[in-house]
Amino acid sequence: MKNTNVIVVGAAAVIIAVVGYFAIDKGRQASEAQKEIARLSADVERLMGEKEKIEKEKELALRPSSLTVVSWGGAYTKSQVEAYHKPWVKKTGIKINSEDYNGGLAEVKAQVESGTVVWDLVDVELSDAVRGCDDGLFEPIDLSILPPGDDGTPAKDDFLPGTLYECAVANIIWSTIYAYDKTKFPGDKPSTIADFFDSKKFKGKRGMRKGAKPNLEMALMADGVAAGDVYKLLSTPAGVDQAFKMLDKIKDDTVWWEAGAQPPQMLADGEVVMSTAYNGRIFNAQVVENKPFVIVWDGQVWDLDLWAIPKGAPNKKTALEFIAFSTDTTRNAAQASYISYGPVRKSAAPLVSTHAGTGIDMKPHMPTAPENFKNALQNDFAWWADHQDEMNERFAAWLAK
Amino acid sequence: MPEPNDSLVRFNEVEKTYDGETLVVKSLNLDIARGEFLTLLGPSGSGKTTCLLMLAGFEPTTHGEIILDGEPINNVPPHKRNIGMVFQNYALFPHMTVEENLAFPLEVRRLPKTQIAEKVRRALDMVRLRGLGSRMPSQLSGGQQQRVAVARALVFEPKLVLMDEPLGALDKQLREQMQYEIKHIHEDLGVTVVYVTHDQSEALTLSNRIAVLNDGVIQQIDTPNKLYENPENAFVAQFVGENNRLLGKVTSINGTGCSVEIDGGGKVEALAVKIDGVGGRTLLSLRPERVRINPTEGQVPNVFDGRVEELIYLGDHIRARVKVCGQDHFIVKIPNASGHSELHKGDQVKVGWAVEDCRALDA
Amino acid sequence: MTSTTANDAIIRTAEGVPLKLKLLRTTRRNRIVAFCLVVPLLLFILVTFLVPIAVMLLRSVDNPIVAETLPQTVAALEHWSGQGVPDEAAFAALAEEFTLARENRTIGRAATRLNFELSGMRSLVTSTARTLSRGEQGPYKELLIEIDGRWGEQKTWATIKLIGQRYTTVQYLASFDLHYDAAGRIVAQPEVRQIYVQIFMRTLWVSLLVTVLCLLLGYPVAYLLSTLPSRISNMLMILVLLPFWTSLLVRTTAWIVLLQTHGVINDLLVWAGLIGDESRVQMIYNMTGTIVAMTHILLPFMVLPIYSVMKTISPSHMRAALSLGANPLVAFWRVYAPQTVPGIGAGSILVFIISIGYYITPALVGGRTGQLISNFIAFHMQKSLNWGLAAALGTVLLACVLLLYWLYSRVVGLDKLKLG
Repeated sequence: MKNTNVIVVGAAAVIIAVVGYFAIDKGRQASEAQKEIARLSADVERLMGEKEKIEKEKELALRPSSLTVVSWGGAYTKSQVEAYHKPWVKKTGIKINSEDYNGGLAEVKAQVESGTVVWDLVDVELSDAVRGCDDGLFEPIDLSILPPGDDGTPAKDDFLPGTLYECAVANIIWSTIYAYDKTKFPGDKPSTIADFFDSKKFKGKRGMRKGAKPNLEMALMADGVAAGDVYKLLSTPAGVDQAFKMLDKIKDDTVWWEAGAQPPQMLADGEVVMSTAYNGRIFNAQVVENKPFVIVWDGQVWDLDLWAIPKGAPNKKTALEFIAFSTDTTRNAAQASYISYGPVRKSAAPLVSTHAGTGIDMKPHMPTAPENFKNALQNDFAWWADHQDEMNERFAAWLAK
Repeated sequence: MPEPNDSLVRFNEVEKTYDGETLVVKSLNLDIARGEFLTLLGPSGSGKTTCLLMLAGFEPTTHGEIILDGEPINNVPPHKRNIGMVFQNYALFPHMTVEENLAFPLEVRRLPKTQIAEKVRRALDMVRLRGLGSRMPSQLSGGQQQRVAVARALVFEPKLVLMDEPLGALDKQLREQMQYEIKHIHEDLGVTVVYVTHDQSEALTLSNRIAVLNDGVIQQIDTPNKLYENPENAFVAQFVGENNRLLGKVTSINGTGCSVEIDGGGKVEALAVKIDGVGGRTLLSLRPERVRINPTEGQVPNVFDGRVEELIYLGDHIRARVKVCGQDHFIVKIPNASGHSELHKGDQVKVGWAVEDCRALDA
Repeated sequence: MTSTTANDAIIRTAEGVPLKLKLLRTTRRNRIVAFCLVVPLLLFILVTFLVPIAVMLLRSVDNPIVAETLPQTVAALEHWSGQGVPDEAAFAALAEEFTLARENRTIGRAATRLNFELSGMRSLVTSTARTLSRGEQGPYKELLIEIDGRWGEQKTWATIKLIGQRYTTVQYLASFDLHYDAAGRIVAQPEVRQIYVQIFMRTLWVSLLVTVLCLLLGYPVAYLLSTLPSRISNMLMILVLLPFWTSLLVRTTAWIVLLQTHGVINDLLVWAGLIGDESRVQMIYNMTGTIVAMTHILLPFMVLPIYSVMKTISPSHMRAALSLGANPLVAFWRVYAPQTVPGIGAGSILVFIISIGYYITPALVGGRTGQLISNFIAFHMQKSLNWGLAAALGTVLLACVLLLYWLYSRVVGLDKLKLG
């Protein structure tokens, strides 16, 4: 009771004092106005400076605690974790939330169209990168964020030609090859792409990717078409028919895979004796798991993997930083010491050395190694962007029959 | 009484056990005459339905044989026995019309269509259901369903019809009406019927003969009136009709009669039916309607003092509960005839009965 | 109180409220309470069932992309005869709108949409737009044909006209392997692209087969369950339900382990010497795998309704039939079986309708030849991103189910349906 009285009396005193002060002050105010304005503008300037500082701090404080990076899983993602994610976390303290997918734009499209984008960064194939950009599924990337090479070459010259796009930055060169289990072929061993399609000469089940790409290209090359003529031929109905006719030859001997991790598993299980695969996956099985697999480089179809940011990604700025970080010369070269995918920076190529786990020389395992590159075809994203709807539909119809 | 050579069904030392431990039916011997209406009467669990199921062929006999029309039928499957059966819940096929139900036994016998139609029509007439032939069973009342079930069991003219408590689901009035119908159908067709029930009045109404079963054993088999008038043991006396029970000890036997010392005091002259001799325990059975209130002096040998404990008015008769010989559950039925004696609760009365109405049975 | 006069015809309650009003009030409260109780479910069904179906129906005909990106071009093409190439107005509108769309970054979506109908439209549209955005001037007809000769082709313009329609039936035509040719007639797709009719037939056939197999396997099981004493039948019932309680994926994987080329059954056959190691039987990743796994997974849906119907059939019916002279087979066929029809109907319709839309099992074990229509709907949802076609296929599937349901109600009658 007593305390309350004290508080009430105190509050009343303060109010009377304040009111009294303003009453007295009023007379003085007019004369001091000029001085006051000068002082205030000085304050404003000072405050503006402070505000900037605060905003910078705020921005630092607002940096996300994690970044969702989506890639193809298995040995490939593992190499990215080693080469990119770990050094990144060390440097920035921002965690990487790594997710797997099997390629394609469906999940990105679903996220973008529903407005609930949870992926910050996706590792995509070239044709999907271009199509996604055209369809407005990916954010445009300001290429000036990319650091110059170690030797000082500006980024746009340091990256191999055809690896930088409006919405995507390439990080590796990979290849679809076919591999076989050498224990299954004690005599003659397959050595050309034609051997893959010759189930009479080399008996046994084959594994192939469940889709038109790049089976059509491989089929034509197996039929003796030169790499340079493949897409020209495929642009004609007769060429497509020819490719499907080749596929017909091994249709009943083929098991179809969808995820990149499947082919080495199917080979290991004996489900197939040979299979098309991503070269890095087979490398991993050969070197890390000591599997008796042999890669046939003849008729390989090589492609790029690129980073792209889904439109409306929650941490777009950080994702850009991650792209710049992961594609600098050091990281680009480092990733090649975990899996046999080639770097896209010229300055990184000489730095590719040995495998991180086993210490073997990586260079002969690269798709771009001269002895592997004799009969190689670059995947034509433009052709696929135009024809994938029709080809996939026709492939599905062919498959179901 | 049926002659042995006129027997349609014979149970010969039949035994049945379900679990291998207890006998549900114990060495049963039974002859059923052609054209007879025989009822198996007994409490639940007495083995009466088991007997019926063995006869129908749904349960194999554990021991002994059953002979139908001179042929042993132990190994004849049910559908070849040519026995009609009426089930407690009627078992009408719900997805068939009444006509289809009736035609079913004829169709499986591959009778020509015209003959089937004629027999079905006659069967419907017999149970007075003409015009309801195209109804589904669910559209009929309980009594109508029952009549269809009876007609279906008879339509293929079997030698023998079995009925397993067929009236159990009907209300009292309908049940009585159906009893008469079944009785008339039996009389008209002359078919042999084996009927199972636990309702003694139903058994008395319908049967030529009644076999009283208890604990898997036939206690007595006789015509309804003999069974009622002359029960041969305490179970039958108790199960068939009402009776007053007086426990006592045999003091002397003289010819067909005997003297019994009642436990509650008093000496009764009774008919010796099933006693163990002098000194043996006995149970006296006495029908309530045979007891006389305040009999004329010297009219009956057994006269005792009693006190009216309770009176229940039942219209055609009055039930009086009287305390006699220390026994306060002694029932007397007083017919509501003109000039019957007016009683009041607490009245001191004399009760008496004839020697031949009081049967000394096994205790 | 005084207001109640002789000519007041309205019956009132003790408080003077008209009886009718009072009745309405009391029942209104009940109605509101009842409605409130139903509201959550109603909303749930509306949001999770009716709305998605409505959206699906809309999506199968909705075709806004080209109409919105190139409205003037579409308008200009309305008066085009469909012969040769359209006039300068259409070319000019196209050029203008291409430039605009490139600036707005909407050209890619239009290109994608057009490319579904005619391969090559994507590069034609994007490269033309790129060239035009350099600021080239008309007359546009010559200019565009110079940029790419395909602008001088009738089928390019026919495609834009066709896909420019705000609402379209092309997806439904595609669902039946049909399309519009350049002259606007409905014709069959070239044979190498025909697929959906065949897959619909296959789906119906597989569903029918699975239903029949479930019936053949499930009927005796249900009969056994309904006749055994409840102690044993409860235990057996758990065996029937156990797979029901196990994850679909686990069960499907179990079949893979059993049936694959190097799986348990093949290993056993090889070990027993019945087949050679080289000639292992392909039992999975084909139609056989789909049928075996689906039959197993859907069996409880057949057993349970039949069992619940059999449970209600009195055993005295069979006895009655036997006593009436029918041998056991006839008795079963004429008396028992007809009474189980409601259960068979319910089980069959359940199994059939579930199988007709089955996705996960065919996807896992169907391989190349065991894929059903749902797998193709998923393909268009997830891979080709042709959601319009996926919606049309889904609608056709829904129509199939409704048609079958209608047929069932006509032939058997819905009142004969007993779902447990």
